[in-house]
Amino acid sequence: MPAVALTVNGKPVTGDVDPRTLLVQFLRENLRLTGTHVGCDTSQCGACVVHVDGKAVKACTVFVWQIDGANITTIEGLADPNGPLHPMQEAFREHHGLQCGYCTPGMIMTAVDMVNRKGHDLDDPTIAISAAAPATITS
Amino acid sequence: MYAFTQHRPATVRQAASLLAKQEEAKLLAGGHTLIPTMKLRLAGPKHLVDLSKVEGLSGIEMKGRSLTIGAMTTHVEVQTSPVVRENIPALAELAGKIGDPAVRHRGTIGGSLANNDPNADYPAAALGLGATIITNKRRIPADEFFKGLFETALEPDEIVTKVQFPKVNKAAYVKFPNPASRYALVGVFVSKRSSEIRVVVTGAGANGVFRVTAFEEALKKRFGAKSLEGLTVPADGMASDIHGSAEYRAHLIGVLARRAVAAAG
Ligand code: FES
Repeated sequence: MPAVALTVNGKPVTGDVDPRTLLVQFLRENLRLTGTHVGCDTSQCGACVVHVDGKAVKACTVFVWQIDGANITTIEGLADPNGPLHPMQEAFREHHGLQCGYCTPGMIMTAVDMVNRKGHDLDDPTIAISAAAPATITS
Repeated sequence: MYAFTQHRPATVRQAASLLAKQEEAKLLAGGHTLIPTMKLRLAGPKHLVDLSKVEGLSGIEMKGRSLTIGAMTTHVEVQTSPVVRENIPALAELAGKIGDPAVRHRGTIGGSLANNDPNADYPAAALGLGATIITNKRRIPADEFFKGLFETALEPDEIVTKVQFPKVNKAAYVKFPNPASRYALVGVFVSKRSSEIRVVVTGAGANGVFRVTAFEEALKKRFGAKSLEGLTVPADGMASDIHGSAEYRAHLIGVLARRAVAAAG
């Protein structure tokens, strides 16, 4: 059983896992961080996106031991639990960007990643193209 | 998913000896094909040899007229590399069209080439630029590397370490992506390096990536989209599925090849 040590939302966590344990399972089942959802489980939809060392990654497509030592941010870690929502969460709420809400955590983590990567280059056309993509945000 | 034991070697030599020694061992690079395949129990390796701790497998370097990319270099690294953008911009563009950002953060060039998915983008770039695939054992020209659906010239204990791309005068890649997966329904890569012209198709062939010699001959006379007017590829030998018939794919090859030549300028 591989031993893993990660930092999740700023807190150190450890575990002994079956090698088959995916990051999303570790988050949901071991750490009880159930904000990250599994949608397709085939690496397409992006519902399970979290940040691994600051980059958007599909948590359903990584074994937790592959990223031993990494720094993870999930939807639960985006805003201070007692403070206001993260601006991206607030923007989704404001603009009803939820639909059924199931994939929203992944979409928010993906959108934050897009802002992190593109910064001021993130213009309206890029956002429009991403919104037009049916399942996955592509830019 | 079937149970397996994971290994994290530190050198290519250790990885190769694990592959040779352990029964039913498979290499794990970015995992974006292998892990989904394992979930479906279409693959059930008993041992996974993870390459992420192996030193010296990633990085991008331009030396003389050839661009070398380490096998574990991710798609996003190729997409955003100033060196790639300056020397072979079509390659950076192609990398930026693979999947979505989360896939590009994990997926690797070596993994994509070794897997040789008939709808993948990188095989088109490797064959379309006349690349050389470098392994722990030898150098394999792209023309001899791709052997059909998910088949390559790689031996069971052979590991792709680098890919070397020659600088070309002109190149472009145009693809018609599947709207959900972003895999190429059809993708066409064209390049011109002095007198050598390559027109390579991914996504369409029932047997994986291939060159269209009739188009290449026509472009030798004059490298322009007009030279391809009226030329078609027969539907025979094209893949056919719910996303597109063989005829449709054959038609797209002509359209996308003309667009790619126009884009290459
Ligand atoms: S659950 Fe759909 S991509 Fe991970």
